[in-house]
Amino acid sequence: MKKLMSLLKYSFLIISSFISIFPFYWMIAGATNTSNQIAEGKLTFGDQLWVNLQGLFGAYNIPLIMWNSLKISGITVIFSLLVTSLAAFGFEKFKTKTSEWIYTIILLFMMIPLAALVIPLFKIMAGLQLVNQHLAIILPAVNNLFLIFFFRQSFKSFPNEIIDASKIEGASNYAIFFRIVFPMMKSTYAAAAIYAFMNSWNSYLLPLIFLQTENKYTMTLLISSLSSASYVANYGMQMIAIVIATVPTLILFLVMQKGFVKGMTGSLKM
Amino acid sequence: MKAHLKVKRKRSQKQEVWKFIVFAVVLSSIFLLYPIFYSMYLSLHSMQGLQSVFVGFGNYLRMFQDDIFVKALMNNFTFLIFQVPIMVILGLLMAFLLNTPNLKGRTFFKLALFLPCVTSLVSYAVLFKMMFQIGGIINNALLNIGTIQSPIDWLNSPFWVKVTVIIALCWRWTGYNMIFYLAGLQNISDDTLEAADIDGANGFQKFFQVVIPQLKPVIVFTTITSTIGTIQLFDEVVNLTGGGPSNETLTAAQLIYNHSFIYTSNFGYSATLSWALVVIIAVLSIVQLKISNRD
Repeated sequence: MKKLMSLLKYSFLIISSFISIFPFYWMIAGATNTSNQIAEGKLTFGDQLWVNLQGLFGAYNIPLIMWNSLKISGITVIFSLLVTSLAAFGFEKFKTKTSEWIYTIILLFMMIPLAALVIPLFKIMAGLQLVNQHLAIILPAVNNLFLIFFFRQSFKSFPNEIIDASKIEGASNYAIFFRIVFPMMKSTYAAAAIYAFMNSWNSYLLPLIFLQTENKYTMTLLISSLSSASYVANYGMQMIAIVIATVPTLILFLVMQKGFVKGMTGSLKM
Repeated sequence: MKAHLKVKRKRSQKQEVWKFIVFAVVLSSIFLLYPIFYSMYLSLHSMQGLQSVFVGFGNYLRMFQDDIFVKALMNNFTFLIFQVPIMVILGLLMAFLLNTPNLKGRTFFKLALFLPCVTSLVSYAVLFKMMFQIGGIINNALLNIGTIQSPIDWLNSPFWVKVTVIIALCWRWTGYNMIFYLAGLQNISDDTLEAADIDGANGFQKFFQVVIPQLKPVIVFTTITSTIGTIQLFDEVVNLTGGGPSNETLTAAQLIYNHSFIYTSNFGYSATLSWALVVIIAVLSIVQLKISNRD
């Protein structure tokens, strides 16, 4: 009985792991095969890698599109960490009746889906002449409500004594925040940065609505348009594009697994 | 003296809090509060092109008679009632097995099961579209094992296309939810499991009678977030099926997008549909919280 249970346990885990990993293998193998071979489900590596690369890099300015993705994600991460952690620190350490009230409203806002805000956002950006500008994607993403919640939860454990002691020594609240709180909460910031980066790197709806010319595209948007736009789908090119878009997040995951899991799940204890 | 300090601290807090929250409040006002009110305004108007006509609740009346919207919502619910339970059960099972003592290869399994989370929703949807081609790798594998006699038309059959979406969603999200259960399991003391061992409980009994009840808060949390995610489903269906064939996988969010940017643009009507979605999400979340608090 015990042996059977153990066998079942390992079979389940091995099969689930195989299913989880297989698409990654197939995506890399697919990048070396022709479009037809991919459609026919070829399992092994082929010799078309160079052809597919040439096809993709010849048809699109991949370095530029990659740079767009990195630039948008980088700016979004820096500003959203700054804005949301500042707000969370204020909400937690200097709370007043009004601020608690505002915080409650912010939590309620978290329930509203992006799809519901897209039309007004489009109107706002059109008014600001930001359509087809990267700023149109960055601005709404900076104020990430979940991160305000996430940071506030972590700041709860930050000892008030340290803040009070620094105040007696004459430090301003901003100085306390940037010189003491920030360095002490580095792992929280790392998790938040990963969360914000993944959100922005993978964001689809906002780029889809705002970015209209190929020179403004992000990798995510390019993959989507490669897959839907062409009459004769070129699967080899799609595979290469997916590999290119996935490599940065894959490296991020493998290099800092714990922080990555913490960031993706937005949990404090992992 | 102490009271004096307290008053001073209170007064300074009033100014200090604004120094910290001002940026978030300004951004929330521009990119959340204003859009919310604007979208309410839009939902009471019919906007075709530049013309805006006040129609009162006309859009809402139209919505209730809109067969396509009803169909889209039904699709959302179909995905929801199959995908969320399957994923929660699989995720729990994985977490439970990963948590057994003396497991060999624990780190590898954990890593492998979480791996789907590094892909973007668009990337894996496009990848799955290639895998589920009629002559593609999934059919090849199933034909070779002998599970099926003839290839399944995954992306064009009204039934199988829904199965495809559900499989894809499970692939991407099970490992993600597993992480929450793993964290929850680590909070369950070994004592209760040892006590169950002494009482002669087998693996199944331990799973259903000891572990599941203690994980309830985490299960509720993941169920609510997954429900909200499924109701808002957009990226995956757009890129995996395009909502087809003949709207069989069209979701509410995709319909809203279509009404705004694909069909003859009518921002008023899509704002109305958005509000319906907000209400549904709110109601479902409240219901799930109520159910979980009952006992």
